[in-house]
Amino acid sequence: MRNKTENKKLTNAGMLGYFLKGSVHLFVLCITASMIMTFLTTVIPQIIKFTIDNVIDDQPVSGLVGTIAGAFGGVERIRDDIWLIALAIMTIAAAMLICRYCSLYFNRRANETLMRRMRNELFSHIQRLPLSWQLENNTGDIIQRCTSDADNISNFVSQQLFTLVRITMLLTLSLVFMFLTDVKLAAIATAFIPVIIGYSLVYFVRVSKRFKECDEQEGVLSTIAQENLTGVRVVRAFGKERYERDKFEKQNTYYTSLWVKLLKKMALFWVSSDFIAGIQLLFIIVIGTVFCVNGGMTAGDLVAFISYNTMMIGPVRELGRIISNLSKANVALTRIGQVMNAEEEVYGINEGKISGDIVFDNVSFEYLADKPVLRGVSFTVPQGTTLGIIGGTGSGKSTVAALMDGLYAPTGGKITIGGRDINDISPATLRNNIGLVLQEGYVYSRTVGENIALAAADGSMENVKRAASVACVDEAIESFANGYDTVVGERGVTLSGGQKQRVAIARTIIRDLPYMIFDDSLSAVDSDTDAKIRAHLKTECEGTTTVIIAHRLTTVMHADNIIVLDNGEIAESGTHAELMAKDGIYKRIYDLQMDLPDELKEEARHG
Amino acid sequence: MADIKTAEKNEPAKKLRFFGLGKLRPYVGRYKAIFFIMIFANIAVGVINIILPLFQKYAIDNFIKNQTVAGLPVFTVLYAALLVVSAVIDYFGAYGACKCEMFLLRDMRRTAFNHLQTLSVSYYNQNAVGKLHARVMSDTAVIGGTVAWDTYQGAWTLTYAIGAAIVMFSLNAILALCVLVIVPLVVLVSIYFQRRLTKLNREVREINSEITGGFNEGITGAAASKTLAVEDKLDAGFFARTDAMKKKGTRLGHHRALFSSVIAFAASVALALVLWYGGVITMDGVIMIGTLSVFMTYAQGIVDPISWLVEVIADLISIKVNIERFTALTTSVSDVKDTPEVIEKYGDSFNEKRENWEALHGDIEFDDVTFKYPDGEEYVLEHFDLKVPQGTNVAIVGETGAGKSTLVNLVCRFFEPTEGRILIDGKDARARSVQWLHSNIGYVLQTPHLFSGTVRENLTYGRADATDEELDAAIKSVNAEGVMARMEKGYDTVVGEGGNTLSTGEKQLLSFARAILVDPAIFILDEATSSIDTLTEKLIQGAIEKLMTGRTSFVIAHRLSTIRSADIILVVDDGKIVERGTHDELLRRRGAYFNLYMKQFKEDSITASVAKDE
Repeated sequence: MRNKTENKKLTNAGMLGYFLKGSVHLFVLCITASMIMTFLTTVIPQIIKFTIDNVIDDQPVSGLVGTIAGAFGGVERIRDDIWLIALAIMTIAAAMLICRYCSLYFNRRANETLMRRMRNELFSHIQRLPLSWQLENNTGDIIQRCTSDADNISNFVSQQLFTLVRITMLLTLSLVFMFLTDVKLAAIATAFIPVIIGYSLVYFVRVSKRFKECDEQEGVLSTIAQENLTGVRVVRAFGKERYERDKFEKQNTYYTSLWVKLLKKMALFWVSSDFIAGIQLLFIIVIGTVFCVNGGMTAGDLVAFISYNTMMIGPVRELGRIISNLSKANVALTRIGQVMNAEEEVYGINEGKISGDIVFDNVSFEYLADKPVLRGVSFTVPQGTTLGIIGGTGSGKSTVAALMDGLYAPTGGKITIGGRDINDISPATLRNNIGLVLQEGYVYSRTVGENIALAAADGSMENVKRAASVACVDEAIESFANGYDTVVGERGVTLSGGQKQRVAIARTIIRDLPYMIFDDSLSAVDSDTDAKIRAHLKTECEGTTTVIIAHRLTTVMHADNIIVLDNGEIAESGTHAELMAKDGIYKRIYDLQMDLPDELKEEARHG
Repeated sequence: MADIKTAEKNEPAKKLRFFGLGKLRPYVGRYKAIFFIMIFANIAVGVINIILPLFQKYAIDNFIKNQTVAGLPVFTVLYAALLVVSAVIDYFGAYGACKCEMFLLRDMRRTAFNHLQTLSVSYYNQNAVGKLHARVMSDTAVIGGTVAWDTYQGAWTLTYAIGAAIVMFSLNAILALCVLVIVPLVVLVSIYFQRRLTKLNREVREINSEITGGFNEGITGAAASKTLAVEDKLDAGFFARTDAMKKKGTRLGHHRALFSSVIAFAASVALALVLWYGGVITMDGVIMIGTLSVFMTYAQGIVDPISWLVEVIADLISIKVNIERFTALTTSVSDVKDTPEVIEKYGDSFNEKRENWEALHGDIEFDDVTFKYPDGEEYVLEHFDLKVPQGTNVAIVGETGAGKSTLVNLVCRFFEPTEGRILIDGKDARARSVQWLHSNIGYVLQTPHLFSGTVRENLTYGRADATDEELDAAIKSVNAEGVMARMEKGYDTVVGEGGNTLSTGEKQLLSFARAILVDPAIFILDEATSSIDTLTEKLIQGAIEKLMTGRTSFVIAHRLSTIRSADIILVVDDGKIVERGTHDELLRRRGAYFNLYMKQFKEDSITASVAKDE
């Protein structure tokens, strides 16, 4: 069994670091490629400027540009063979192609690696959390954390963080070139940056609440449709089509109006931010032109300057949105942190077979403080015998089963198996010795054969078929078009409640364990089959210590000992005959369930 | 909403011209004006986007070249004015697109939802709720978004591409060709990649929904997995899926990265060509530096629009299937339909003419009814006659899956008889509206369905004007006082989606109360099979008896103890009615009913013999 060795709590940053193991080097590759690309991007306007000012126009070259031009045989040579410039651009473009590809590809690959690690960690972890955790948390909410919150984190790393790095690089390089070209013009261009960032930041912070509201209202609309469709017979039977139409219409209209209002603001933002950027460019063109006319700048300078500005302004407009989204990642990390920091069950190692009597000694249990579910329960299940437990809803029957399987620890008293305190036996050992069949009969979405073989030491087809026949589900399975290869569960054939329960029973029988507990796991099976299964068990699983919990009296009445639970306490116990003689709860339930007309009672007795 | 994607990939795609867009005419037609504004605005903005680079050219070729600032103020004012005009027009265009999307979405959802209200229950039997829900919520969203924004994007893109080409050709034809030579290249590359990306995207979505399913299984099946000690095995299964996801996702990343890099490279090719040939002809004095710079702007600016155009077309192709699904839903015809004359008199689903509705007394008669399910091959009823006078209790029994619901489906007009007729108070059921019939039937399902909202909203579902006193009385009459006593806020307690905060037994009792409040003439009950403990079951039993008193009722019974007092018991086997009679008659007959009855109590004989042994 896998166990996460480190059980220490992680902070949000620590959590991120933990998830990033294995993908960091890919992100580094991605960012490196992106930086080279950004640098190359800023070189191209220099070539354009050189072409315009030095090649086409006759201005003298100097410095670095002159040196490089010299390497190609000087400006004169380039003027004659202008294809050299095209070649230079193509060379840089080819390098950029590679860098762009690497940056995008490694980003995706890093992101997929991160996602896989996050998902795997979450899945393994959730499976190993104690059952009480599962009960305290809502399934939909946990799935949301594993899907959209995980997406938010991956977005944060692969998009936001990456973009921030890239923008910072691009902004710095562009500004350096712009300031090198003309300080005054660069200062004017730069002055707009805080305005643009601030404007979008304020805007996105303000609308984020509205986006959330729209999402929620779409959820409401979706629920109305869902409930209408699942409840179609109720809607029809009560003749409420018009009411339903009006209900949907009202929400549909409301939802639409919310979006239209929000999108109106969005449209206003888009065009005004376009406008600000346009005005900034106008300033540069007009003032740049004046500078050119006054001789401070060349035409090439201006064209290059405009290129840098265009390069920089797009990402800058993105910045506000990105910054406003950063808080989302933090929220997502906190939500996932709550899952990941919940403590896993200490599973231990499987110590092999155990044997002996199961003894409950004055056992109490409460899920919530001061709300006892079991109170001072004591009984013994001698090895190889069968115990029947019966009682109403909320009497604590299922809790007894859960305690035996180590799903919870008793809050008072002591449970021993073969004389060993159950707290000293690892859950791994317990669950590999005790087969607990739960009431709902959960089926996994895979083939029915795989479902049965899931926990088997020997999952051969022969064994699967044997288990299926003991659980009386073989005929049902063979009636499916694909037999044991029929996919069942969420993505396959839907099994009836009784079929599910029988598959779950087969799945436990195949494990061939010394202890078996049936927690109301025959409730949806008809009484005929119920009896057949129990008869099979008797012959096939001879010597197994069995606990059968049920609503239906006939299911438990052949047990060697029966206890009647009422409100967390043992009200009565004994064999069927003893309990019938007592005239207590057992007798009352018996009368309710077995109430036959006299004429039939007579007939039934004779066969 | 998450389960939509996998379910519907293997549906056949019919041939539809223009991606099936013609089917949307009724919806788009309503917003012609907005569409027109949107398209016009985008053409105008596209033209302005073409013009703006020319200002740069003018600045370089006139002011800078001639070393003069004369006319610069006019230049500035004109430029600024264009920016203002562009912003205003663009605002209307973008806002128009938003409105188009949302209005189309709203109207399509409304049409689909309302149409679903008129379809027969048999339609729901043949179509899974998940799929129908996806038609209403997701298909419409895809169509609305694509139609509105692709129009928006398409108008601008086309204008820009064509406009840029015109301006370039008018400035210098050969240089224009240097830029435009890359267009076919971009188109071909885009088509190549779009195809692969669409396919990969779909595959990634499928694996993704499998992963979500995996999480769902890991969480909802946690208890079962623990008791089986199979965590490691399940880990392995889940890890295989995330591996597949990583592989596919990375592949998708590879294609996307390559696509984007090649397109960007194409822009650089154009730029290189412009600098090369443009440089030569500028030195020769054919064009000026400003013109050259404007060509460079277009060379870099035209690549994205061309690539977008291909994307728009790919989008339109991919929504074809959504349109087909949506249209299939909205054009499906209900197989239970009132005649125009009946609608004229009694009203339709949404406009009842209650003033014309007669009271329903409760005599029901099956008159020579022959029936087979629309998707079935065998007749389940053949020349079936049954008189059910007012106040009769009819019980229907049989094994699970024997077809016990058929009669009830016919009485409720969820299906119509294939031949013969069902008389209600002596008149053919089809002579009056479905609505009229339904408003007189109290129907309680095996799996009770509550709506999210308060207990009061649920109880008064059939009768909006019920007072608290009436609610109290109804609750009392179905033995649900215990359930109400546990509700923290009484009738104002919220029950959660589908009433999920309540147990099945509690939901059942509340749905009885809901039915009894309507005081229906006919009562139909599909008895629960789920495991409710014996004492609650007793409460429900009592409630049922009260509900049936004095009413014509049909009970689909799973527990035979319920029906001993029924006036007629019908025994169903393999879809057909094999016996009918009272409890005593049927027992005496020693037939199917007797066997069924004996089976439930076979255990008892074992008990008896066990008792004898001791």
